[in-house]
Amino acid sequence: MPITVAGKTFETDEEGYLANRTDWSEEVAKEMAKADNCDLSQNHWEVLNFLREYYEEYQIAPAVRVLTKAIGKKLGPDKGNSKYLYELFPYGPAKQACKYAGLPKPTGCV
Amino acid sequence: MSEATGGIDTEENTGGKVKKFLYVNRKAPYGTIYALESLEVVLIAAAFDQDVSLAFLDDGVYQVVKGQHTKPIDVKNFSPTYRALEGYDIEKLYVEKESMEARGLKEDDLIVPVKVVNAQEMADIMQSQDVIMSF
Repeated sequence: MPITVAGKTFETDEEGYLANRTDWSEEVAKEMAKADNCDLSQNHWEVLNFLREYYEEYQIAPAVRVLTKAIGKKLGPDKGNSKYLYELFPYGPAKQACKYAGLPKPTGCV
Repeated sequence: MSEATGGIDTEENTGGKVKKFLYVNRKAPYGTIYALESLEVVLIAAAFDQDVSLAFLDDGVYQVVKGQHTKPIDVKNFSPTYRALEGYDIEKLYVEKESMEARGLKEDDLIVPVKVVNAQEMADIMQSQDVIMSF
């Protein structure tokens, strides 16, 4: 189902992940979040920006276990745990956050 | 994989014996799908907390060589992903010395830290595994 942001339409796959990573913008992320009734806070953006940096460096979206560990290393243990990340992204931190970040669905499924 | 087995908080889960898995890579990274498929299987399997090693032999050594430029063939350069393996707790990467030298390569040419072993040592490593998957 394509997503329309500010009059522009972008291709997505059947689960709503952007087909082209280069189509991503903060507005796209906000629009995707709105569709899930999720209001993106500073804490959400921290994770989204982290994921985009991770992808840039390693060319994959991290599995949730790896994401949790890496977030802990970068943002501290009070953020590097499943509870915190699931509260931010109840549909699964890697899955939902990767979608908003314009990345493909992570290998490892959560 | 379900949310329940996605590798979250499995420390308490002590059921099941940890097996030794070796993924053997023998083909050049681009041109066939083998290398990428192997890497994806490794990344998925990492969620199961097994004892994982990777071996690179023959043209498979090229999979971990620095400086790949895949744009002209319009394929994603997945070489940087080998550097992510450490974050997945996969740190046992073996490169066969003979294969590396036959291709004029040195350890410095590789994108990740590996252990270079000779053919006999590689045979011993293979001998010690529970499961070997060849790509």
